[in-house]
Amino acid sequence: MIYLELLLGFLKVGCFTFGGAYSAIPLIRDVVLSCGWLSDEELSYMIAVSESTPGPIMVNLATYVGSSQAGFLGAVLATLAVVLPSFFVILLVMNLLKGILKSKYAQAVLQGLKPCMIGIILATGVYMTLHNCFPLAQGAKVDFRALMIVVLLVACMSMYRTLKKKKLSPILLIIASAVLGIIIY
Amino acid sequence: MRKPLPMLSQLFFSFMKVGLVTFGGGYAMISVITDACVEKKQWLTQDEMMDLTVVAESTPGPIAINCATYVGYKMAGMTGAVLATLGIVLPSFVILYIISMFLEHFLEYQVIAAACRGIKVGVSLLILDAGATMLKKMKKKPQPRIIAGCAFVIMLLGNLFSLRISSVALMLAAGIISLSIFAAKSVSEQRGGEGQ
Repeated sequence: MIYLELLLGFLKVGCFTFGGAYSAIPLIRDVVLSCGWLSDEELSYMIAVSESTPGPIMVNLATYVGSSQAGFLGAVLATLAVVLPSFFVILLVMNLLKGILKSKYAQAVLQGLKPCMIGIILATGVYMTLHNCFPLAQGAKVDFRALMIVVLLVACMSMYRTLKKKKLSPILLIIASAVLGIIIY
Repeated sequence: MRKPLPMLSQLFFSFMKVGLVTFGGGYAMISVITDACVEKKQWLTQDEMMDLTVVAESTPGPIAINCATYVGYKMAGMTGAVLATLGIVLPSFVILYIISMFLEHFLEYQVIAAACRGIKVGVSLLILDAGATMLKKMKKKPQPRIIAGCAFVIMLLGNLFSLRISSVALMLAAGIISLSIFAAKSVSEQRGGEGQ
């Protein structure tokens, strides 16, 4: 039963992946390859597509794999399976943990989690920016085009901020970066 | 006073927009969700957004789904949660379904590949921006500064040398350290001040 396999496989992915798609990809690879749905190469291509299309990467990948294996119903089941665990966990957190979160011990834990998360997010941002401009894979060359996009975008953001006293909306930023990508590459 | 129906459709369409324009996974979405829910709609305060990010990061599943469910439930209960989550999933579902049906060589189109490389750069800046905004809001005390600094260095080194350091393990460690510091402090306070 491919439908049941898809449902269970992606439920596992939805239940056991913490902290975003990049940590989920190894688990997804594991599930997909062990079920023999796709070859490693096909899966790598699907991951690349999921990263370049809008939306949560895990949802994209679930829809893609589900649809390639079992058509529309497969896509629906795989997507539902990846979404439902987070949906119910959040409902649970909001209903049960609200009181607990106010306790001073939970607050103490949160005091540690918040700065840690800020550090992680900043590190990811710095790493991705560096990685885009100085791709190590291609012999540590400097990617001048990417560097150019970074400079132009930062210039846009700071100009917008000083002129309009408001932050440039992230949506505009993404559109601008796509346009710059098409022009420059 | 809010009327229930417009609220529901607002939730649905706001999150659909988030789902349509966010590339590159959870961290990049944080900026877009902050823009939609804190700055445009005032559904959350910046502090709540921060708590939500911590909750989303430490619960399983895609960060964006966690955020959508949270905001939807907070603003309009169960129906809100369902609609917001549906809103954020729908664009992905439709786009990927179409690609899997009709566009087998999606990434081989030159324009798409070029746009994607540009977007990658933009997304890395968005993540930096999200981090910087949170850093500004952080309490300016030594303890959070040290934790943030350590997390930053460990994570960056891990990435640069492609060691797979799990962000969840790092957060767990930070939570435990912070809790033990708090426990140690309260014990020493009790000894000093005889139970305040």
